[in-house]
Order: sequence, then C-alpha cells, then structure tokens
Amino acid sequence: MNAPLPGPLEANPDLDRWVDFPAPGKVIVLTGRVELGQGVLTAMAQIAADELDVGMERITIRSGDTEKAPNEGYTAGSQSIQFGGVAMRQACADVRALFLEQAAKVLRCPTSELSIADGKFLRNGCSTGQDYWTLAGAVDLRVKATGAGVRKRATDLRIVGSNSARLDLPAKIFGDAVFIHDMRINGMMHARVVRQPNRGATIGSIDEKAIRRAARGPIEFVCNGNFLAIIGSNETSVEAAGAAAVNHVAWENVETPTPAQQEASWLLQRPVVERVFGAPEAANPQGRQRYEATFTRGYLAHASISPSCGLALYRDGKLTVWTHCQGVYPLRAALAKELKLEPDSIFVHHVQGSGCYGHNGADDAAADAAIIAMQQPGKPIRVRWRREEEFIYEPKTPAMVVKVRALLDEAGKPVDWTQEIWSPTHNLRPGAGGNLLGALALPDPPPEPPPNDVAESNGGGATRNGEPLYDIPAKRILHHLVTEAPVRTSALRGLGAMPNIFAMETCIDELAARAGQDPVRYRLSITADARARAVIENAAAMAKWQAGATAGTGTGRGIAFARYKNRAAYCAVVVELSVEEEIRLHHVWCATDGGLIINPDGVINQLEGGIIQSASWVLKEQVRFDNGVASFDWETYPVLKFSEVPEIDIELLNTRDDVPLGIGEVTAGPTAAAIGNAVSHALGVRIRDLPLTRERIMATLLKE
Amino acid sequence: MPKDFDFSVNGRSVSVSLDSEETPLLDVLRNELGLVGTRFGCGLEQCGCCMVLIDGAPEKCCTKPVWSIAGKTITTVEGLGSAEHPHPLQTAFLDEQAGQCGYCLAGILISAKALLDRNQAPTRAEIAQALDGNICRCGSHNRIMRAVEKAAAAMRAGADR
Repeated sequence: MNAPLPGPLEANPDLDRWVDFPAPGKVIVLTGRVELGQGVLTAMAQIAADELDVGMERITIRSGDTEKAPNEGYTAGSQSIQFGGVAMRQACADVRALFLEQAAKVLRCPTSELSIADGKFLRNGCSTGQDYWTLAGAVDLRVKATGAGVRKRATDLRIVGSNSARLDLPAKIFGDAVFIHDMRINGMMHARVVRQPNRGATIGSIDEKAIRRAARGPIEFVCNGNFLAIIGSNETSVEAAGAAAVNHVAWENVETPTPAQQEASWLLQRPVVERVFGAPEAANPQGRQRYEATFTRGYLAHASISPSCGLALYRDGKLTVWTHCQGVYPLRAALAKELKLEPDSIFVHHVQGSGCYGHNGADDAAADAAIIAMQQPGKPIRVRWRREEEFIYEPKTPAMVVKVRALLDEAGKPVDWTQEIWSPTHNLRPGAGGNLLGALALPDPPPEPPPNDVAESNGGGATRNGEPLYDIPAKRILHHLVTEAPVRTSALRGLGAMPNIFAMETCIDELAARAGQDPVRYRLSITADARARAVIENAAAMAKWQAGATAGTGTGRGIAFARYKNRAAYCAVVVELSVEEEIRLHHVWCATDGGLIINPDGVINQLEGGIIQSASWVLKEQVRFDNGVASFDWETYPVLKFSEVPEIDIELLNTRDDVPLGIGEVTAGPTAAAIGNAVSHALGVRIRDLPLTRERIMATLLKE
Repeated sequence: MPKDFDFSVNGRSVSVSLDSEETPLLDVLRNELGLVGTRFGCGLEQCGCCMVLIDGAPEKCCTKPVWSIAGKTITTVEGLGSAEHPHPLQTAFLDEQAGQCGYCLAGILISAKALLDRNQAPTRAEIAQALDGNICRCGSHNRIMRAVEKAAAAMRAGADR
C-alpha cells in the first residue's frame, strides 16, 4: 500500500502531464506553477533533476499552460514548493521507477543492481548502454501515478539544496524579450480600455473627436454594453487616446470611495457575516488580569512595477489568451463562464510579467484582451493597462481592524486569547470568489458573488494567522466578514497574516513588559514548540540581543515571531531602527526554518524581499480615497527606496528536513510586528495603527 | 506627413520615420526598433524602468519626445553587453542573483552604469542615492547594491591590469 499521493499529483495523476523525454539527452518537465519572479521554475527543475538523476542543463521547464501542464490552481500562498514541489518529486520518482523496471527487463537483472547517472543507466556501477532516451520508446508515461516510486531521502539529494542559478534571470539582465509586455504577434492591435468606474456605471457620452485629436493617429472604438475600448496599430496613439478618454467619456451612476472610507475603523459599523473559530468564550474568572488592544491597517496596493498586460486572439471559435496571472486554469474557467464559451475552446498560456505578490490586474487585463478579441475575430489584441489604471482598478488588500483580548495568569502569561477581526474578503479572484472586471461592463454582467473568504482549510483569508502558535489553553477567532467595501478587495502576499501577527506580536511584547520580562525570554516561556524556540533563539543570537536595553532613547530594537498559517515556515525577526521625525531602519536579522530547502540563495532572496516589502507597507503604504482612489502613481503611493532599506542578515535552520515548508510570505508578519515593537522601544509609546507615517508618529508624540 | 529622425543607438546609426514628433523615445525603441529591453513602467518618469543613457547621462525616456533626441547617442541595456560579452555589471548581477521578477533591472543597470562612469569607487550610500530614481518592488535592493559594488571592484581591477 503506497502513501497517498501529494494533492496536486492526485489531481493530475497522468505522468505525461509532468515529464517527457522528447529527444536524446533532453527532458521536459511540466508544472502548473508559474514564474512570478520567485525562482519557482528553477527550484522545480532542481527537484526534477535530482529525482530523475539527470543534469540540470538537460531540463527544459514548461509551466502554466492549459494545453499540457498539470492543473495546480494558483501559484499562491507559499504553496508551490510545499505542495507542488512535493508532487513534482513524487511524479519524477514514479517515472524513474518505471524506467528502472524497463531497464531491468531489458538487461535481465534485478532493479537493485541498477542506478542512474545523468540519465544513463548503470549496472553495479558499470555502463549498460541504456539511458532514459533509449528506453523511452518502451515506457508509456500515459499512465497514472501510483506513488510506487520511492522518493530519495533528503540527505541523498544533491541538486536540491544547492544554489543553482536562476534560469530566468539572464534574459532579464540582458534585456531580452522575456515579459508578456514584449510579445509581438503579426497583425497585432494595441488596445486600452476606458474603464467602467464601478459595477452598474453606464456610459453617458463620449467625446470621440477630442479622443481622436489626442491620439494623433488612427484609432477605432470597440464597444459592448458599457465595455469601451480603443484599438489601433500604433501603441503611442492608443495610449494617448486611452489617457485622454478618462476626461472625455462621461459616466452615469458613478460611486466613488470617500476619505472616511479610507480608514479601517469605517469597517466597524458595516454589515457582516459572523464566523467563530476555536474554544468557546469563557466568562472572565474573578481576579484574572485582562489585556485588550485594538489595531488597524489601511488598504494596500500590490503596486506591481509594471501595469498588467494581456493578449488574446479569437479565431474559428477558439480563444487563445496569453497572461501573467497566477492561475491559468482558474482564469480559463472564469473566462468560459463570464464570456459564455466552452472551456475546451479556450487556451491560456502563462508568460512572465512583473512581480504580482497576489491578485493584481493580470487576470482582468487578459479578460479585457479576450473581450476585445471576440469582437475583432482574427486580430491579435494586446491590452496594456495604464499606470493609473493599475493603481486605481487593481484589487486592494483590505483594511483590517484587529482587537486582541487576553486573560492572564498570576505569572502574567496568557491563558485565554480572543482575536477579533473586521475585514472585507481577501478573495475576489475570478472563478474563486470574484469576477473579471471587464465582464461587469458587458450587457449581461455576472451576478455579485456571495460573501466569502479564503477557506480556513486553505489557511484562511482575514483569519490567517489569527490564532497565536503560543501555548495558550483557550484560543478563539471572532471573524466579522464585512460584506460591504468601498473598493474591490483580494489577495495580497500573506492576506490577513500581516495585520494579525502585527496585533498579536505587539500584544505579546506588551504582556512581556507587564510581566517585567524581556520579550525574547517571555516568548520562550510560552512556547514549547522546539522549532519556534529555535528561530526565536537564533534571531536573538544573530542580533546579539540584550535583555533590558533602555527604552525611549530614540533608537530601538524589537523582535517578533510567527509560523506562517501555523503550518508553513517558522520565522523570527529582530529589527533595529531609530526614530526622529521619521523611522530609519538600520538592521534586520531573520532566522527561518523552512524545512527542506531546494535553493538556499533563492530562499534568502525571497525572505529579503518579504522583509523589504513588509517594511515598505508598515512605514509608507496606504491607499488613499478622495473622490475616488487618490493613490494612482508612485508619488501618491510611495514605496521604500534604495536609500531606505536596512541591512539584512538571514539564517536558515533545519534545511535538510524531509519536508519543505512554504517560505514566500513568512517574513511579512514578523517584520511588521518587529518594526512596531522596535518603534515602541525607541519612543517609549505604542502606535497601533499602520502605516507608521511621520504624521502618525508626530501625533502620537504630541499626545504623550 | 511622416518625418525622419536620426540618432545613434548602441553604436549604430538609425533613422526612423514617424507621424508624430512627440512619440516618446521609449515607444520608438520598443515598437520601431524592436529594442524591448527598456521597459515601460509608468509613463510618468517616476519608476525608472525606462532608464537609458542619452549622450552618457541617465534619463527616463517614457515621455521624452523623439524630436528632442535627434542627433544624440542613446545606450540601452542591449548596448551594455550580451550573454557572450557581458558588461561587468551584468556579470555581477548574475553572480549576486540580483533580482526577482527582473522587470526593473534594465533601468537599474543603466543607472548603475552612469554611476560607475563618473565614480569608480562609489560607497554604499552613493550607490543607493544613484538608484533612488529606480523602483524595485520585489525587494532585491541589497543584492543589487552588492552587485554594483562588485562590478565597480571588478572594473577597477580590470583597469589596473
């Protein structure tokens, strides 16, 4: 009896969906995961090369393609390696086992005498003249995975665990045509969409003349219901017309978010769906000390460096779409449903875009191209959003209010913990919980999706990391899923984890202070989990943490810890900073236990990126509303600059464990909380609302 | 009536015929000359994805009208080096694996080239300042700055030989 197959392999059991030996010396490996700039495809190639015993250079990786690659849903949630990578390992182990059996048959020997070196089959270490490619004709990979192939032990892996150079990076450094934005198809038309401001808004009037004047070249209008686009062969003209159209198309039934809606506190009085998880709420026993605090975080933008782009061609009843979205199969399903096509007539191919960090405009840009292409059969259509369009119309990560209530024992340790969360959904991905933006403007728009959030079995949305990992006898989450939001909200790196961990780890620091204990020692006193303790101890050691450092000097240090989703990687972060009018980050130390590491340098790159992105969220970022989304470019939505990033040191623990744990999003929460704790240490006062802007710091200091 | 514009790109004389003299240089590079290494990021001269050298000076070219560069010398990331003959900056960026999505890198390489052209031994602070006009959203800043330091050192060593 074999162990159950890893989830993605169970869902895509045909082995020819994973591995192919197309020509002598060549291996094609297919994965449903896509390259979003994280080095996932390099890691997948390492996994396959190791498990198949072939050199990395033999491997060509294909990904995100509804015609061939496995359907692995989304590349999201730090799950690519933890789940997709394990599926790849098992698929390759099964393929290897089938070939070993065939080789044993040909060579008339037991498989125990056989080994494989760079694709060549050896018998008792000697050449046999057989390799994957001589045997390929006799091994049919159009069979189901069984899990019969024995995966190598972690300690036997050689390519896994090494710093293989990223496969995708050279093309980006030499300026090759590697991004979807660089794709050119013969006869291609450029397009810009004149965005419907909101669901239900209708076109009042169009000043075609003014738009054509701005174009300075030939353009055409394409209209379907309230979906209006401008197309032409010259991108410069189409871009100019698209920009001008913002001022020359009048809309009716427009709703715009207001400044009051910008703050998380606005969510407190909205309609909600109530959800409760964990231990029943206890009455406060007499004498128990009680702690309570409220935290907020505003709306954030993904703010991808490039606006979204999509290409589509509709010909002979078939729709082909090129996209940089996170899930080609879910996009295909959403396109089929919302454009009323058969899924079998849609082909979706992933092409790299800029980093997305979650659900940005990528799916919508692809749908825009598809909608226009269906009106212009035979013409390849390329839609590229304008910068302002991306900022205004990309789904935002929701504002959140998090209230923590804790009851303490005599020693000041928490015995009962309630994390109460107000948040709109983190899941309006097309097909999962939401719609494609362009489809809302079509004559028969899809209905409003019912209230939903990411399932707790999948890590949760607003509830993600809402439960402390610490040893607390009774813990619960009260989730008020706010069903009314001023803007479309969806998944951004870590979803609710950052605000939840910021709140919880701030509380832990405050509880430590109350108990008169050092924050590191206090954390260790409430967790028995050896891996949690190890990252906390290591981060503290890396930073040469000293208990009892004086507070209120203007320079401060803070620590925070989390295990992402309470089931992926463990991470502790120490931050050192100074505060004058603004916060200046000096140094960040991070210890992470992500279990089996495929590519250590790739992992460190991801952890560094997560630390810097989280620092940017915490210090600078909030989407402003003022008669609409008022954060529409890099001046109105500033992010951390080169001169503002801290030094970062990272250590990886336990890297030869058998099981990999997702690391892509783990640093966001601990970094945010460690910054907050360090600011409090530097100032001697707490700021519980994010971002920690200069205005907020000044206001807090004046109040004290 | 289309008008001709003559300038030099990566050491090659080019002439492009355009209806509008206001066409941004970025569009000319990407759509007329097929040099897509210079990326569109914002169209507002804010993010630095479209950084090129114009007569040796780093400039964002997403709104730079083609008429203003007639007769000038342009260098794009394709002119820095190639996989066969990489510029020391490109070698160092590969060595340091300096990048994640990589969309910002072409512009950053150009800004770094301009820095090293005028300062052979920049400090970390000088590198940061030189790159503050380029946005990296993935958070590869420290690797990128390390790579620039490494390239500067390699170029100094090369010049000493």
